[in-house]
Amino acid sequence: MNLQTDPSQGESSDGAPLSEADSDSVVVRFAGDSGDGIQLLGGQFSQATALDNNSLATFPDFPAEIRAPTGTTYGVSAFQIKFGSRHIRTSGDAPDVLVALNPAALKVNYEQVLRGGLIILDTGSFGERNLKKAGFEVDPREDGTLKEYRTIEIDISALTLEATKPFDVTQKEALRAKNLWTLGLVDWMYGRSLDATETFITRKFGDSAISQANIAALKAGHAYGETAEVSGDIPQTRLGEVKFESGEYRLVSGAEALSWGLVAGCKLAGIDMTFCSYPITPSSPILHILSRLKNFGVTTFQAEDEIAAACSALGASYTGKMGITASSGPGIALKTEAIGLAISTELPLVIVDTQRAGQSTGLPTKTEQSDLFLTVWGRNADAPMPVLSARSPGDCFETAIEAVRLATKYMTPVFLLSDGYIANAAEPWLIPSMSDYEPFPVSHRTDPEGFQPFSRDDETLARPWVKPGTPGLMHRIGGIEKADGSGNISYDPDNHQLMTDLRFAKIDGIANDIPAQTVESGAEKGKLAVVGWGSTYGPINRAVTRMLAEGYDVSHIHIRHIWPLPANLIDLLHDFDEVLVAEMNKGQMLTFLRSQCGRPIEGHLKVNGQPLTIHEVQDAIRARLDK
Amino acid sequence: MNVQVEPAKLKAKDFASDQEVRWCPGCGDYAILKAVQMSLANMGAQPDNTVFVSGIGCAARFPYYMETYGFHTIHGRAPAVASGVKIANPELDVWVVSGDGDALSIGGNHLLHLLRRNVDVQFLLFNNEIYGLTKGQYSPTSQAGQKSPSTPQGSVDAPIDACTFALGCNARFIARGIDIQAKQLGDIFTRAQEHKGASFVEIIQNCIVFNDDAFAHFTEKSVAKETQIHVKHGEKLIYGADGNKGIRIKPGAFELEAVTIGEDGVTEDDILVHDETNRVLANLLVAMKPPEMPIALGVIYCDPAPSYERAVQAQVEASMANGAGDMDKLLRSGNTWTVS
Repeated sequence: MNLQTDPSQGESSDGAPLSEADSDSVVVRFAGDSGDGIQLLGGQFSQATALDNNSLATFPDFPAEIRAPTGTTYGVSAFQIKFGSRHIRTSGDAPDVLVALNPAALKVNYEQVLRGGLIILDTGSFGERNLKKAGFEVDPREDGTLKEYRTIEIDISALTLEATKPFDVTQKEALRAKNLWTLGLVDWMYGRSLDATETFITRKFGDSAISQANIAALKAGHAYGETAEVSGDIPQTRLGEVKFESGEYRLVSGAEALSWGLVAGCKLAGIDMTFCSYPITPSSPILHILSRLKNFGVTTFQAEDEIAAACSALGASYTGKMGITASSGPGIALKTEAIGLAISTELPLVIVDTQRAGQSTGLPTKTEQSDLFLTVWGRNADAPMPVLSARSPGDCFETAIEAVRLATKYMTPVFLLSDGYIANAAEPWLIPSMSDYEPFPVSHRTDPEGFQPFSRDDETLARPWVKPGTPGLMHRIGGIEKADGSGNISYDPDNHQLMTDLRFAKIDGIANDIPAQTVESGAEKGKLAVVGWGSTYGPINRAVTRMLAEGYDVSHIHIRHIWPLPANLIDLLHDFDEVLVAEMNKGQMLTFLRSQCGRPIEGHLKVNGQPLTIHEVQDAIRARLDK
Repeated sequence: MNVQVEPAKLKAKDFASDQEVRWCPGCGDYAILKAVQMSLANMGAQPDNTVFVSGIGCAARFPYYMETYGFHTIHGRAPAVASGVKIANPELDVWVVSGDGDALSIGGNHLLHLLRRNVDVQFLLFNNEIYGLTKGQYSPTSQAGQKSPSTPQGSVDAPIDACTFALGCNARFIARGIDIQAKQLGDIFTRAQEHKGASFVEIIQNCIVFNDDAFAHFTEKSVAKETQIHVKHGEKLIYGADGNKGIRIKPGAFELEAVTIGEDGVTEDDILVHDETNRVLANLLVAMKPPEMPIALGVIYCDPAPSYERAVQAQVEASMANGAGDMDKLLRSGNTWTVS
């Protein structure tokens, strides 16, 4: 049985999700209670899938509550993976397969499944109470709710208990292995090896009864799939290997790649990192990862608040280290004043903003791209600084290196934008070699001869970076306007004009030190350019590729350097009849580009906390070209 | 340390920058600046290894007048910036200069954490019980009833005592001095600098423009001897023009009282000996207020504990013990696969 080749799946007439009609990829969504271990299940399946040379992209989608009341719809945690035998750039639109470990998980997710798609249910959790908590008046298995889907009902709870019976574990511990039983079954469906997960369990639990019970559950799920009397119901699919570029690969999440990129950037700059941060979703993993990399000369500091995190990072930069801080929207808002001080004192600083959805607290675990205004324009007075955005988990590595390079070369704070989707998503990554990168060593000034704290490099306009402790170079800096050159306090009107102009010129000049804007796919001029930035890369690129295949005159432009923009970007946009910005906000890049470009630009805008889908971008393209 | 050779002995003026000092004539800050410059010279400090960090306020202009490294930061955040400086380079001698609004109002949170972490900096709080730079509003240390532009009918806020706050934050070194007492301030600065950990120093400072004579009831020469007690570790808590006043535990109560030796059967044996390592005593001493009790000055509490930045550094060094990390190996850690 092959799930994804049935062309009728794309023909739904009632607004149901349309199939991507891809014969070379599958979308699976795991869903259950937030205590069911769904993220671990998804992560392990991703790992096994990657080791099978399938390409993949993942989308963990979990609630803000750590353990919401069990069985409730708002406590549902999900993990979606799209994998295939061609390069996969998004976690997929509609799932081909939904695994629902309780009624609430079914309730929240079933309508997104492709009509005709497969739903696997744990019937052991379909008691009256759970149905009620999920908001089902009648058991959806009996009233026709699921008639458009193929369902497989398995009492996973009971089978897990059965499999773990021989081991000395409590019933509660045994039931926790439900996710591994499920993983075993899905591993079987797609021909995945259990080895990596077994190693993972052994490493985590050692030689304990829990370890043995977990492995037994995993194997039992796998064996269940193999068993003759049921295999007729459960489809088994084998996708071919992707022809990846040769080299060594791993799975990487955005948070990992970004953290490692920062470390790599500091190595290339030849300075140690002081990373100061305050816990906030979805930024915290960066702090966790870096705190384990002290042997790379990384010092981490969990500050008392977001303000202190930014200030202490700036203090570290003042001593000649690479001060870095990270947060998400609400925390970035608090750091704003310290960033202004970094701009005024012209010290390097990298600020990572893992964007999340909504103003104020918003939707902390959901994704959005709505901090563009905050980062480009969100400071008191005229306070320019570079803003970069990463487009995918692996791209976080490159962008983080670039952020460190610009910060140290131009003596400026730099914003590095990621988002909740990129941070948590994982993708196969061709592991780079450090020898492929050109070092950009920092040179701290030590020569007292003619020293002035606010003299400038002819080319970059950067001021000298002096480490306190350097003999003969004592000087004072601060947030009050400084006299050009000497840096002494100055209230002179002409000097303020001059210094403001210099600070602008320094940042504007970076446009000549960054790669020219390229076109990702499609022609360099034509009818329609779809412009994106950040994590919308995958869906836009896939949508444009499909539309090109259908003969549409459309191109994809994806912006990494948001400020300053690449020098050729404006001209490039003028070479298209129409420009469409697709982004996950109410039109921030749209407004920004209109202001810079002075031409009509339209937007495809969405703020529902979910990544853009390929289909909606395709529809947006059609709407403009089918006129 | 950057200087290996024995440097020539520096004088106070060697710590003065070429910038014109711009406090109001008669401001207590002038005297403090002189005392700091003199102390640094006396303790043999190296200008290039010394960093002054400040926030915002009149006191915060301090770094500009010091021929050392200086960082004038933003309102209330000096402790956070200084923490970053010290964590990133523990070899620097870091001083923070702050005021009562900067340290205890907008920056109260940062000061709390600087002190409880025990970051090895000297924190000088210039307390004039008023907002000077913004033209005279009441501050968190202003006395209740203080009339100011923002409290024309008098402040209804209960004030905080700076040293009591610092003790509550688990500071390991607490001292108090008065702007015009240069010698005593010098002794305090020397002790503060020697103390490895966060050293909190409250300096009673007169704002001649907006809160003149706020402390006159114990700083005026005519009353000073009867209203001030200069505490010294291991010595009896004795004060007064005739040296016959003292502090003892009030019989039958857990509180201090000021007594006169030779009166009401009080003998010198009744007077407490100052123990700067005694936290309970420190709490009682910092709370003494004239006119009922003399104000406690000098090193009130000093009970060192390991400093924060050294502990941070130790973890980094322990992690480096087996050699520096290899970036290429890190990127290849965990499960990888090769496509040929």
